[in-house]
Amino acid sequence: MVIPLSYFLLTAALLFSIGLAIVIIKRNAIVVLMGVELMLNAANLNLVAFSRFDPDLTGQFFSLFVIIVAAAEIVVALAIVLKVFQHFNTVHLDEVAEMKD
Amino acid sequence: MLAFVFLFFMILTLGSAVIVLVSRNVLYSAFSLMVTFLGIAGLYVFAGADFLAVTQIMVYVGGILVLLVFGIMLTRNKADRGTNQPNTVKTEHRRTFWGILAAGGIFAILSTILSKARFQRIELDHYEPIERKTTIHDLGIGIMTNYVLPFEVAGILLMIALLGAAYLSGKTQSLGNK
Repeated sequence: MVIPLSYFLLTAALLFSIGLAIVIIKRNAIVVLMGVELMLNAANLNLVAFSRFDPDLTGQFFSLFVIIVAAAEIVVALAIVLKVFQHFNTVHLDEVAEMKD
Repeated sequence: MLAFVFLFFMILTLGSAVIVLVSRNVLYSAFSLMVTFLGIAGLYVFAGADFLAVTQIMVYVGGILVLLVFGIMLTRNKADRGTNQPNTVKTEHRRTFWGILAAGGIFAILSTILSKARFQRIELDHYEPIERKTTIHDLGIGIMTNYVLPFEVAGILLMIALLGAAYLSGKTQSLGNK
């Protein structure tokens, strides 16, 4: 038997919503980055689920490149978070409110 | 039987994502995020994307999650270090109501669109899920022919991100004094 497409889409929608809630609610910069990763994964799940019907596998190619860009994004974001921590001595997002001392 | 296994992976993914949301300990969030990534890799297998499932495990669990845990370890508050408390890094919750409201609103919109769209007709009438043994062959040929330019650009992007991250996180204290 074949899993229906709507199950994948429902899972991806729920995952995206949870990621959005994490980004809004959490105050630690690293946990916010985790929420962004969850949202990217939800988008990937949609692409892969639709790619099942595609003989050219375009969705899977796009999903591969999304994974690459997500890796680049998390590397640069964590470097910035480390720099913010060196400067402000915290990664609490509400306390990081100025660009320069 | 297959449906139960799918349901298991779906509950695994969503449940551990909810744990990331409700847990106040950042390290617990990171480890349940690992379970989420593994569950998504299982869902990729159900969607017939074997290569992407392996890539997901290698890149996310092996790379990004390790980076996140390193980030958590390196950004602990100095106030926590002197005490005899075990290694806990807490995070606070703010604007819980607005967060739940925005996420619930997005989910309501998405599920309305999904229920109105006629995906079932597409699935039943025109397109059957394509049966293939493996996608690695097609993906490899595609990356070296149709998608060779994005592939090379992605390599350059990764190199630039690596250099930029190394430059940013290095000791550049003198930059601010000039």
